[in-house]
Amino acid sequence: MPDLNELKEMMSGLTQGPMSLPVLIVIGIGLMYLGRAAAHGLIRALARTLHDALHMVAKSLKSAEERLAARNREVLMEIGRDNTERLIEREFYRVNAVVARDLSGYPAMQRKLADQITQIDEDYREASETPPVPPAWVEAVETIANMPQKGDPTVVGKILDDIHKTMTVAQKMAMADYRKATNERHGLLQRMLPFWRKLEQTLGRVDVTVKGLEAKAGVIDQQMEKYIGILKKSDPAAQALSASQMTNLIASSFVLFIAMLGGFVNFHLIALPMSEMVGAASYVGALKVSDIAALVIVATEIAMGLFLMESLRITRLFPLIAALDDHMRKKMAWAAFGILFTLACVESSLAYMRDLLAADREALTQSLAGVQVANPELRWIPSAGQMVLGFMLPFALTFVAIPLESFIQSARTVTGTLVAAILRGITVVLKITGDLFENVGQMLIHVYDFPIFLPLKLEAMVTRKPVTAGTSKNTQQTTVGP
Amino acid sequence: MKNLSTAIAVGLLLVLTGCGESVPHTRAVYLLLDTSGTYTKEIKKAQTIANYLLGTLTSGDSLALARIDSGSFSEKDIVSKVTFDTRPSYANQQKRVFRQKLDRFIKTVKASRHTDITGGMLQAAEWLGETGAGHKYILIFSDLEEDLQPGYVRDFAIDLTNIHVVALNVTKLRRDQVDPRKYMDRLGRWQARVESGAGTWQVINDLDRLDALLTRN
Repeated sequence: MPDLNELKEMMSGLTQGPMSLPVLIVIGIGLMYLGRAAAHGLIRALARTLHDALHMVAKSLKSAEERLAARNREVLMEIGRDNTERLIEREFYRVNAVVARDLSGYPAMQRKLADQITQIDEDYREASETPPVPPAWVEAVETIANMPQKGDPTVVGKILDDIHKTMTVAQKMAMADYRKATNERHGLLQRMLPFWRKLEQTLGRVDVTVKGLEAKAGVIDQQMEKYIGILKKSDPAAQALSASQMTNLIASSFVLFIAMLGGFVNFHLIALPMSEMVGAASYVGALKVSDIAALVIVATEIAMGLFLMESLRITRLFPLIAALDDHMRKKMAWAAFGILFTLACVESSLAYMRDLLAADREALTQSLAGVQVANPELRWIPSAGQMVLGFMLPFALTFVAIPLESFIQSARTVTGTLVAAILRGITVVLKITGDLFENVGQMLIHVYDFPIFLPLKLEAMVTRKPVTAGTSKNTQQTTVGP
Repeated sequence: MKNLSTAIAVGLLLVLTGCGESVPHTRAVYLLLDTSGTYTKEIKKAQTIANYLLGTLTSGDSLALARIDSGSFSEKDIVSKVTFDTRPSYANQQKRVFRQKLDRFIKTVKASRHTDITGGMLQAAEWLGETGAGHKYILIFSDLEEDLQPGYVRDFAIDLTNIHVVALNVTKLRRDQVDPRKYMDRLGRWQARVESGAGTWQVINDLDRLDALLTRN
């Protein structure tokens, strides 16, 4: 390799020697003119190669992105289908509960209603008003009154007077009987009133139940519509599910973050007392054995919480547990709860031990500092607080299973969507870059032709045809030909 | 399946052990207290250092307290030594006992006629080596003015590999006031001696700056 000084000498030799710079330029232009077709071909070939290569990669990435998008859609639909099935199942379960609770007694209630109606009907019949019997002897009075007065006229008057008296007495008796009967009817109607009320209440209850069922049926209809949309794999269903998954991811991430903080507090509650149990001087790598032991306890609590939630069919992370028969599942739930309860008790006692150790260390520090060791009042409050916290946190961590399931499900689809978007972006960039290379190739051809414009012009004048950069037949054949 | 389990077990072991050289996490500290005539009046300040050490060292760490007198290369000069128990509660008890021994020593200490710092360092290096600790410290609470008995040979190299030597409260003598270069020379000589023995050297004269004295990696 010649060094810089040698190069300078060569250059000065070239410019100051017999072959001066203009001569060199002319030679250079001549060489460029002669090698024009080859140079154009080379530039075109390079540009085309880069363009084709990048477009090929872009096509491949686009294909991968499409496959990924299709898979994401499948996963999304599967999750949506599963969730909707679960919701529909739950709604049916609620309807079943309502039917079992309220409408299972429907035959009994119908009998009761029929009895009440019969009772009311009987009372109504008894309460019907009997028309008063018309006086049968009115015609006899008229006959007597029309008798010819052949003898003593006072005889008829006396008879009529007697009849009048008898009628008055009879009317009084009839009125008394009528009033008595009316009172009895009113009594019967009064007795009907509670039956009417009962009837109204019973029918009201039936109305509420039926309306509740109608509302639940409406919810089921909505879910069924959604379910049908998912089964048809329609775009609105996919969009709705995608938005829902993003919301789930954000919400579950937030809850998981809180759970992590809870786990951190839990760990610190038991790390110090664990050093009393397994020793504070043993290390595995950079980790204290006591810290590992505390982490194992916290992790076991979370695992037991997951099993408990799984056994109660609240989450569905492990198909094997979901597939267990009910008897075995209940046994498993009780076992998980038992272990969790034991661990909570252990943790509570460890929390108390931590308090004692912290107090001892504080006392030592104070004595080393020459301060008189003080025994603070109400020391039992933090002790009790730590014990309660130690007992409650394992149970609180049990509920991590719910956001965890949601997070796993939503992260799967959201990550897939994100990767698909990145692939799409890369595809676009590659395509643009490929086109850019092709255009740069064209530009380089023009740049190449610029210094040799004079011989090109002369050539055009001689051949009487315009020469355009990169469009001459020779060039085309050189670059495009096989 | 068996191979898979073995691979997982080996992987876990490698992860847990940090995939590298294993250095014990324990610390061992040897505190040398100068009891020569000129320095005895400073000895009460040693309590501050001892308190700091007792508050900082934890389970598994070791601590020894020894005096520098006319002939310090002897186990008899070790006032108290302890390796703290792995249980923190018992370690606290050990610290209380150590503190009592230190207090008793400071109350009853008598000034020695000569100052054999090299002998103390040799004894310290020997004890620290026996502890097997990952981090070893010699803390010298002295004016670093060695005054050997006639016939005592100490002008040889001391092996202080992996030992961090810290000179604490190195007081200036009266002649140092006249010519401070003597103080600098004294410190320089000790530093060269420690570093030639593959040890590291530090001087802390302000006892309020002990915070970063001990590290645990």
